[in-house]
Amino acid sequence: MDTFGLLANGLVAALQWQNLLYALLGVTLGTAVGVLPGIGPALTVALLLPVTYRLDPTGSLIMFAGIYYGGMYGGSTTSILLNTPGESASIVTALEGNKMARKGRGGPALATAAIGSFVAGLIATIALAFLAPWVVKVALSFGPADYFALMVLAFITVSAAFGDSPLRGVTALFIGLGLGVIGIDLQTGQARLVFGIPDLLDGIEVTTLAVALFAIGETLSIASSRTQMKEEVLAVKGSVWMTLEDWKRSWGPWLRGTLIGFPIGAMPAGGAEIGTFFSYAAERRLAKHPEEFGHGAIEGVAGPEAANNASAAGTLVPLLTLGLPTSATAAIMLAGFQQFGLQPGPLLFANNAPLVWSLIASLLVANFMLLVLNLPLIGLWVKLLTVPRPWLYAGILTFATLGTLGANGAMSGRLGPIPFSFELLILLAFGILGYGLRRFGYPIAPVVIGLILGPLAEQQLRRALAISQGDPMVLVHTPIAITLYIVAAAAVLIPLYFRLRGKGAVLSQMASDED
Amino acid sequence: MNKLLLAALISSAIAVPAFAADYTIMAPAAPGGGWDQTARSMQEALQAEGISGNVQVTNVPGAGGTIGLAQFVNQFNANPNALIVGGYVMVGAVLTNASPVSLANVTPIARLTGESDVIVVPAASELKTVDDLIAKLKADPGSVSWAGGSAGGVDHIAAGLFAKTVGVDPTTVNYIAFSGGGEALAAVLGGQVTVGISGLGEFDAQIKSGDLRALATTGSARLEGSEIPTLGEAGVDLVVENWRMVAAAPGITDEQKTAIGADIEKLVSSATWKQTLATKGWQDMYLGGTDFDAQLAADTEATSAILKEIGLVQ
Repeated sequence: MDTFGLLANGLVAALQWQNLLYALLGVTLGTAVGVLPGIGPALTVALLLPVTYRLDPTGSLIMFAGIYYGGMYGGSTTSILLNTPGESASIVTALEGNKMARKGRGGPALATAAIGSFVAGLIATIALAFLAPWVVKVALSFGPADYFALMVLAFITVSAAFGDSPLRGVTALFIGLGLGVIGIDLQTGQARLVFGIPDLLDGIEVTTLAVALFAIGETLSIASSRTQMKEEVLAVKGSVWMTLEDWKRSWGPWLRGTLIGFPIGAMPAGGAEIGTFFSYAAERRLAKHPEEFGHGAIEGVAGPEAANNASAAGTLVPLLTLGLPTSATAAIMLAGFQQFGLQPGPLLFANNAPLVWSLIASLLVANFMLLVLNLPLIGLWVKLLTVPRPWLYAGILTFATLGTLGANGAMSGRLGPIPFSFELLILLAFGILGYGLRRFGYPIAPVVIGLILGPLAEQQLRRALAISQGDPMVLVHTPIAITLYIVAAAAVLIPLYFRLRGKGAVLSQMASDED
Repeated sequence: MNKLLLAALISSAIAVPAFAADYTIMAPAAPGGGWDQTARSMQEALQAEGISGNVQVTNVPGAGGTIGLAQFVNQFNANPNALIVGGYVMVGAVLTNASPVSLANVTPIARLTGESDVIVVPAASELKTVDDLIAKLKADPGSVSWAGGSAGGVDHIAAGLFAKTVGVDPTTVNYIAFSGGGEALAAVLGGQVTVGISGLGEFDAQIKSGDLRALATTGSARLEGSEIPTLGEAGVDLVVENWRMVAAAPGITDEQKTAIGADIEKLVSSATWKQTLATKGWQDMYLGGTDFDAQLAADTEATSAILKEIGLVQ
């Protein structure tokens, strides 16, 4: 069957009422967390992982993807009205968007953001549908050595290439890799680093680690910071509708933003933020009124907002086809697949085609839902900002604990006569680790990616070496592996060059946040 | 500390098991896998046939079933309502994980279903028959890479026993473990490994489509209508079958054991169970009473011996 047929089948599945409901739930939640500063899609999906453990896999994954897309929409609202990005991919939006709102043009700013997100989401999702089967075809010829090279590329890009300190990125990555070694080794069946604790035989649960680092760590970090944000929400004055002039100035940036955001999202460790920076820079250079930039130029909102939505779809290309997460949210979505016993990668398209295509089709549906949610209902979302923060974070803590208990929290341990859940101890311990990492400026995503990809990389390396009977040259034996190593080397050297040229500030800004 | 206590209280309230059930079946694996499906099929048949009024299934995943097994032994001592599902994989896992409890700590009731492994090569492979494989293995054991399930599992054991039976040192077997049949399948199809060895269900579609060539199955007899020879027919005196079983709690009386055995016998002869076997493609390998006890002891001994020879168990 060709892509059109598969996508049409997917659409039929996505339009079933329960899948529509999951999508609606996802985009609503996603918009909400996008609007709320400090809570991003990664944290939200992490929180929901243990809860969806027993639900329908297709529905749950549709919901997760909806949260991802919704987060990209919702973030712009806070950026424009509050000058505080709701999530990291909307940092650039605040630059021009908030200036527009101060001039009483908040309505058109929100409108161009929402419509731009819609256009980009639509184009990028269709691009995903057509590109994915092609990547799968290439990936099917990957041997263990090629997969290992791919993992090396992912490790380098998530930890060392971007960010102001490669050392911190690599440190975080190695914490994750170290945790990944715990448990029964697949190649020999021997237990490693379990210290006689049976709960550790199957390794550290990715879900528990993700919830601990993102939810518990973030909450502790917020609770311990003394500075209270002063927030002033600008009311939306005047018409929300864009003028003809606004339309004329927006459509170009929308398309360019999509073109920039999609491939960057699809690259390992691209993530959403970088696309928005490039898009902003491009619009500034191309604008007919460059003097307006910094004072509320609509192009500066339209482009980056399109770019961040396009990159969300781009991220799904390597995630679905190679099992390679390129952003924090994608890493946690990967854990979501794994908890249902599904391993994203070329085999997913062969073995679970209906699931993959309903997921892709539901993204198209979610995009329409988001347009409706974000334009007419904008006032509702703004009200969300008045919820007191302590309530919010107390809720997150409760939810994280109960969710972990429900999924994996058997009363397996015993302290004298008192039974306790080992999983909760792990949750608490890693929550404190997550707080420590944040406190001292270490990135979180490499830890999770290390735990997920570390064991896979190890298995592929050992398989490659076993098949070659110990000859290390097998690792650089195929054109695919060699190409991947060259890209990895470039990913290290190019940022190094920028740093030496004194452009490190831009890079550190790019890596400013997690999701 | 208070937090911990509170968490403990809340969760113990959640985790109270339902004792109203006539049977509580533990599946020592995550939902969806073979043991879980076996437990849930038993639940369905036991209730539908009126053998038991109320059956609950609990899942305790981890470490080849040994975590569930340990919990079962600790929690349900002398409880005649508790059952656990298990299988051949557990025999190996108990040994490789040095598990403190083994199948000797429970009361085995019956073997229920089973599946034999199949040895496959890519269609383009130079290996046409089992004899070709033996010749290659004897010439250079390391040059034959075997793709199958996790280390110490039934696929690994079968590969080791195959080498031993044809007179090759089992420690030299170049076994590559994959976490699922799908991954092993991809490695065989991609020509990354020499042979694949796993449950017939994993390779069935590709054998039928002609992408893979099946050399032999490890079963005791050919499957009905199948053209694939058994190892016995190919001249290798070896049978390895991946079976699934049900066991009761330790410390129950002989009368209780007989009563449970009778219920299981009713179950396997019921129409609902036969229907389940047909839809799931499971082979009926029912074996109960003392026959099963003897078979289990023999299997455990053979497994322990081969795992030591492969070098997985000291």
